[in-house]
Amino acid sequence: MLPNTAYVDASQLGRSRQAVSQILETAASGGCGTTGGEGKASCGTSAGPGDMPEEIWNKVKNHPCYSEEAHHHYARMHVAVAPACNIQCNYCNRKYDCSNESRPGVVSQKLTPEQAVKKVVAVASEIPQMTVLGIAGPGDALANPKKTFDTFRMLQEQAPDIKLCLSTNGLALPELADEICKYNIDHVTITINMVDPAVGEKIYPWIFWNHRRVTGIEAATILHEQQMKGLEMLTERGVLTKINSVLIPGINDEHLIEVNREVKKRGAFLHNIMPLISEPEHGTVFGLTGQRGPSAQELKAVQDACMGGANLMRHCRQCRADAVGLLGEDRSEEFTLDKIDEMEVVYDLDKRKTYQDKVEAERQAQHAAKVAALAATRLDDGVDPDMKVLIAVATEGHGKVNQHFGHATEFQIFEVSQGAALFVGHRRVDLYCQGGYGEEETLPSVVSAINDCHAVLVSKIGACPRDELKAAGIEPVDEYAHEFIEKAALSWFGGYRERIASGLITHQVRGDAQIRQGAFSGAAEQAA
Amino acid sequence: MALKIIASMCTGCSACEPECPNVAIREKGGTFIIDPAKCTECEGQFDSPQCVAVCPVDNCIKSA
Repeated sequence: MLPNTAYVDASQLGRSRQAVSQILETAASGGCGTTGGEGKASCGTSAGPGDMPEEIWNKVKNHPCYSEEAHHHYARMHVAVAPACNIQCNYCNRKYDCSNESRPGVVSQKLTPEQAVKKVVAVASEIPQMTVLGIAGPGDALANPKKTFDTFRMLQEQAPDIKLCLSTNGLALPELADEICKYNIDHVTITINMVDPAVGEKIYPWIFWNHRRVTGIEAATILHEQQMKGLEMLTERGVLTKINSVLIPGINDEHLIEVNREVKKRGAFLHNIMPLISEPEHGTVFGLTGQRGPSAQELKAVQDACMGGANLMRHCRQCRADAVGLLGEDRSEEFTLDKIDEMEVVYDLDKRKTYQDKVEAERQAQHAAKVAALAATRLDDGVDPDMKVLIAVATEGHGKVNQHFGHATEFQIFEVSQGAALFVGHRRVDLYCQGGYGEEETLPSVVSAINDCHAVLVSKIGACPRDELKAAGIEPVDEYAHEFIEKAALSWFGGYRERIASGLITHQVRGDAQIRQGAFSGAAEQAA
Repeated sequence: MALKIIASMCTGCSACEPECPNVAIREKGGTFIIDPAKCTECEGQFDSPQCVAVCPVDNCIKSA
């Protein structure tokens, strides 16, 4: 059941959006995409080398979190060396760490810096397209400065080609900004959920500051000041920053437009607006008080309202602090400490480079296919030229429609219109196929996750789910199997318009969709 | 006069360990313990016991 109350009022967002663009016109430009139209504004999702200075492109092109295009091809890993935290958030509970949970702050195995470096080298040898190592907790990377920086230092010596990044709540950022620069850390993520302490007070019950537990508005004020100061310091030092914001309906939904404006002003490269995850069984304050997360369309409304401001990231998977692999997949089970001990690890820089050259060629091919497909799609066919629809895509990576419907644990969502196929997000689903048999019970959950889509593009799909999707008004499409996603999306859209033009079908507006909470690794394990 | 960490509630996050002015906290089997001989409950050192102030789990650290 989707909640009835929409906290995000479309007309209000429209107004704010205008205000944002007016302010931005006079604001200094940073990062990329400040002057472009809607497609351009999603720099973090789709920008290429032409959209930004070369030095910045070189920093982001192989980073799956900073480039939407890269995330189809390059992998990342997190090492859980930083368990301690210096603040408390109402959406976080560190007490529960069940291996079936996939959400930030949760890990199954803490590592020492030495163990972490061993793991990174083992993974990098096994997965040559792994280009980025992040420290993302499970607490706060900068609340554990010794463990975090020891890991970076040792890793730089042993695997110099791996990019380093970290994420933080920002409280300790100003005092450690110079230390971060010492280790050539190009990318820092700061979680900023508010720029008004009155909003912050509802999100952060306390912070630990100067040997004191500080609560209330005082805590939120200090945190806010430290976050802004830290962000400015990183910008001055040329470090790329990504701002993560948790969208909490009724608390900071509209406020995030102001957050977007303020972080943009201070030079943030990317803004990642993520849905609140709050199930009662997670035991978080928000989970227990019944604070709900946003629906898919509510999330998209806030993201869309921020376009034109700081560039938006829409491909975040809210991964665990020990995730390994491409975004959306988690291979951490293959690299537990016991298993690493048995592996014969050879760190071969040349082999990694050769493999990455191959990945780069494939990525260029995807880019070329996208450009060609975009150029060929503007037709005067008598159908509403501004029609936009969402489609869901099942993919295993490489930028192609290459996954069986029944094997998908998530779908990528593209907004397709004449001449544009814009990546706008992803939806987690329960695996439809379990041990080769389609599970009837899971189809309704898949439908609810992509209920706002007109079609689902897959490499293959069984007869049963095909009929049921059709009944739900979602067109199953397997004729573009193994084609590049944008090309497939635009080809399908061209055909869809033709069918409307010929009177074969009429265009129907779709409803909202539900954001799947938490676990997907558990289901994947059962199927394996 | 000393504090004690309730092992069943401790998440092992280690936040308390570096905050202790008396170096009384150490890891044992995945969770943390306080050496009662060293613990002063931060009396005369800080306004409140540092381990309690930084611990993310309410009531995890109590008077022994």
